Amino acid sequence: MSDDAAFEKFKTCAVEVLQVSPEAVVKEARFADDLDADSLDLVELVMALEETFDITVEEDELEGVETIGQAFDLVNAKL
Amino acid sequence: MTEQRTVIVTGASRGIGAACAEAFVLQGDRVFGLSRTPGDAASGVEHRSVDLSSPEDLLAAMDAIEQETGSIDVVVANAGITRDQLSVRMSDEDFAEVIDVNLTSTFRVVRRSLKRMIRQRSGRIVVVSSIGALMGLPGQANYAASKAGVIGMARAVAREVASRGITVNVVAPGLIETDMTTALGEDRLALLADQVPAGRLGTPEEVAAAVVFLASPTASYITGAILAIDGGLGMGL
Repeated sequence: MSDDAAFEKFKTCAVEVLQVSPEAVVKEARFADDLDADSLDLVELVMALEETFDITVEEDELEGVETIGQAFDLVNAKL
Repeated sequence: MTEQRTVIVTGASRGIGAACAEAFVLQGDRVFGLSRTPGDAASGVEHRSVDLSSPEDLLAAMDAIEQETGSIDVVVANAGITRDQLSVRMSDEDFAEVIDVNLTSTFRVVRRSLKRMIRQRSGRIVVVSSIGALMGLPGQANYAASKAGVIGMARAVAREVASRGITVNVVAPGLIETDMTTALGEDRLALLADQVPAGRLGTPEEVAAAVVFLASPTASYITGAILAIDGGLGMGL
């Protein structure tokens, strides 16, 4: 899967789970400040991403992940 | 009832669990009873054979139910055991086994349900504790610890998921006419029964009525509550 295709898939997940507009899901967007996502939203997003991409994300990998871009890189590295 | 809900009751083979399962069936829900054997479960309850001390068994059963029905709407975590013994004589095994079934497996049931309920943005979880959690009956250090444990667990979870339309509540039955109460022995039972303001033992159906209420759509603003169904035995605790 190309990076762009993967990001589109990632974006679909984020839009659905976080209930934000697709335009808001840009790599610089911060989960808490820009997307109004709480900790449970992030857990939900991780669960959805694990299912969509058929990957597993460990708790410690999520440390320091604060933006869409960081989360996408984490997922993309596993594809 | 607008649509049939998927209800899971653990320990549905007898006593309070069986009464809960039957009550949900009567109001038109689709009810799955998780226990080792069907036992006395009412007709209409779909039995799933599960050894609750086995995480794999439990997960497989809940996965299958979710797959089959497409939802998990109500979970009644009721399964529980006793291994009564005065503390000085209580073995590590008896302590650990009770904690494992009553507390740890209850957490596993709750955790698995949440996965679905968070997505649904709705759900009702009712955890069956015991007045023994608050009163601490002699011989029940393990049981009391496990039943007090589920209260703390339920309240922590209630806070985590309240914003998602999911409620997590606790019922604390007192002396109810079940095998577990009979096992207390005649002397101890008589002593305790004397202290019940209502002057009698409760029935499993009376507990089920409270569980059905907490699981109903109308109970949407109640979460993290402990509802005692004890004829007043634990008043003020």
